[in-house]
Amino acid sequence: MGNAAIRIQNLGYSYPGQLRNCFTDLNLEINEGARFGLFGPNGAGKTTLMHCMTGLIRYTTGSIQLLGNEVATFRKSVNKLFAFVPQDFSLYHELSPVENLEFFGAWSGMTTPAIRKRTQELLEVLDLASLRNKPVQTFSGGMKRKVNLAIAVMNNPRILFLDEPTVGVDIQTRHVIINYLKELNRNGTTLVYTSHQLNEAEELCDTIAMIASGSIIAHNSLNNLLTEHKEDGLEGLFLRLTGKSYIDVDVI
Amino acid sequence: MYKLRATILKDIRLLLRDKVGVLFMFIMPVILAIVITAIQNSTFEMVNDNKVPLLISNKDTGVSGAALVKAIEKVGMFEIRQVNKDLPDKQLIERMHNKDALVALVIPVEFSAKMKAKANSIANKALNNFGAPVDTTKTIVSVAKAEPITMYYHPVLQESFRQSINGALRSSLQIVESKQVLQTLYFSLNETNLPDSLEKDIINTDVAINQVPVSRDGAHTIPNATQHNIPAWTIFAMFFVVISLGSSIVKEKLNGSFIRLKTMPTNYFVALLSKQITYLFVTLLQAAVIFAIGAFLFPKMGLPALNLPHDMAGLFIVSLICGWCAVSFAMLVGVFAQTHEQCNGIGAVSVILMAAIGGLLVPSFAMPASFKLAMNISPLHWALEAYYGLFLEGGKLKDVLINILPLFAITVVLQLLAILGLKRKNLV
Repeated sequence: MGNAAIRIQNLGYSYPGQLRNCFTDLNLEINEGARFGLFGPNGAGKTTLMHCMTGLIRYTTGSIQLLGNEVATFRKSVNKLFAFVPQDFSLYHELSPVENLEFFGAWSGMTTPAIRKRTQELLEVLDLASLRNKPVQTFSGGMKRKVNLAIAVMNNPRILFLDEPTVGVDIQTRHVIINYLKELNRNGTTLVYTSHQLNEAEELCDTIAMIASGSIIAHNSLNNLLTEHKEDGLEGLFLRLTGKSYIDVDVI
Repeated sequence: MYKLRATILKDIRLLLRDKVGVLFMFIMPVILAIVITAIQNSTFEMVNDNKVPLLISNKDTGVSGAALVKAIEKVGMFEIRQVNKDLPDKQLIERMHNKDALVALVIPVEFSAKMKAKANSIANKALNNFGAPVDTTKTIVSVAKAEPITMYYHPVLQESFRQSINGALRSSLQIVESKQVLQTLYFSLNETNLPDSLEKDIINTDVAINQVPVSRDGAHTIPNATQHNIPAWTIFAMFFVVISLGSSIVKEKLNGSFIRLKTMPTNYFVALLSKQITYLFVTLLQAAVIFAIGAFLFPKMGLPALNLPHDMAGLFIVSLICGWCAVSFAMLVGVFAQTHEQCNGIGAVSVILMAAIGGLLVPSFAMPASFKLAMNISPLHWALEAYYGLFLEGGKLKDVLINILPLFAITVVLQLLAILGLKRKNLV
């Protein structure tokens, strides 16, 4: 086991005005350089946990450390360590990819020459060069997903949180995105990924955790979990661990 | 500083790509200023230069009825169209429905007789007071019993305009009455008719009324519809940035940009500062464009030109504070609105309400006392007072400090409320 990129200890959180706890004493450790996948049924708490890890939600009790920095205490320095690809398109649709990258690059603290260099690289790698100056609002869903990802990786974050990064994209675009994520990981970025696309997850993730009703019910390398539960795929493992009936706990 | 510059650049790009928003912020107020000024100016000209068509049905056969028509003609305000005295009132009303005239006057049958009786009564009383012998054969008719003159008016005539017509008719009636009393008195004393020249000398007044607008700079420039309207609609335009700026904040919240911005190593205050700088520039540009149109384009359109104040630095500072207040208000609406519909609805309606209670739609002096209290919380009121101090009264910055200080205080309160809202929503 390597150094922990993320260490969550005794995490507790409940939404304001709700008696039921979203998490109670949740513990989780994600190693630096991992391709970590967080899975669970709808409403299990995946997005909430990701929001706690990125500081979007202030947790009530416990601790979350990103590369040794407490999220709740060192907000500014922690924000330099990671980037977040939200499920929604978090970009300016009226602006072109270049203009979006320029702006978010500046907000990441990059200098103008660094922004220009990185913009060029990302546009090439993600196959966006021909659309560099067109407004994002004219793009297909897949192209928008690529821009959404490019913005997040502008400043080469050490940890990259991805919430459903390939929703609604075609196979080719998914392929480009997954390959690029693997390349990022090879260069040292820890990936924290959540999705309902289990085939894609199986291809990308080396370590997974299953979450249900706000608790981690399984956490290990994918291979170990498959062997342990005698399953040959993530989908079977998912159904075995979370049950076959439909679950949608609202709010979490 | 680099982050702020990049954010301002982003906000300018977003603003310029929102063509409808830009149109709304610049073209709409300009159209509004032109249309309202043109309408008010034409109303002013109609009252002063054009004549109001007036139908007169003089059923009286004596001299007083004719004298009244002549006196009304002399006022110069009416284009008199006499109708047959036998025309029934119903037909007269029908003609008004056909818009032949907006006002009609019916002089009753016994107008002269009753006018004469009244004059005799007054003359007798006067002579009695002087100690002169009184002709007891003359009947004293109560003035209250005199048959009234009927004025029909078209319902489209506004109250204020109707009152000014009424005033003009009353002064004509006064002349006829005074003349009759004077003639009767003169005849009673001298047994001869009052000479025309003497009558003119007594009735006509040589005392003119000089109308002088008060001003601080002694320029005595006569205010016109442009001078009143341009400042008012400029303020209105500035506050209407709520649609564009408020929507831009709501859009950021809804499309998830806020989430990304919050996870970045830059404080969201940079984004707020950038929006304020960008839109403050927009409001100043709006003011410059509308003032320039008033000063240079209006005369070419046949409208009165806008006379810019002498204290241009004062004008800039008033515009700056007014613009900042408008931007702060827009930011507050954007922070609290959950949807575009809420933002646009609440924003537009509240600006119109603040304009109404602020005296932009109805002059503040004409407001009921309870509204005058509410007026003090409308930033548009203080902005308008400050502009009027410069544009109409020829004042300087020091003269309008009393107006811009409350405006500044309201701005600070709006800023604090917006920041409080952002903190409550965990956005900063």
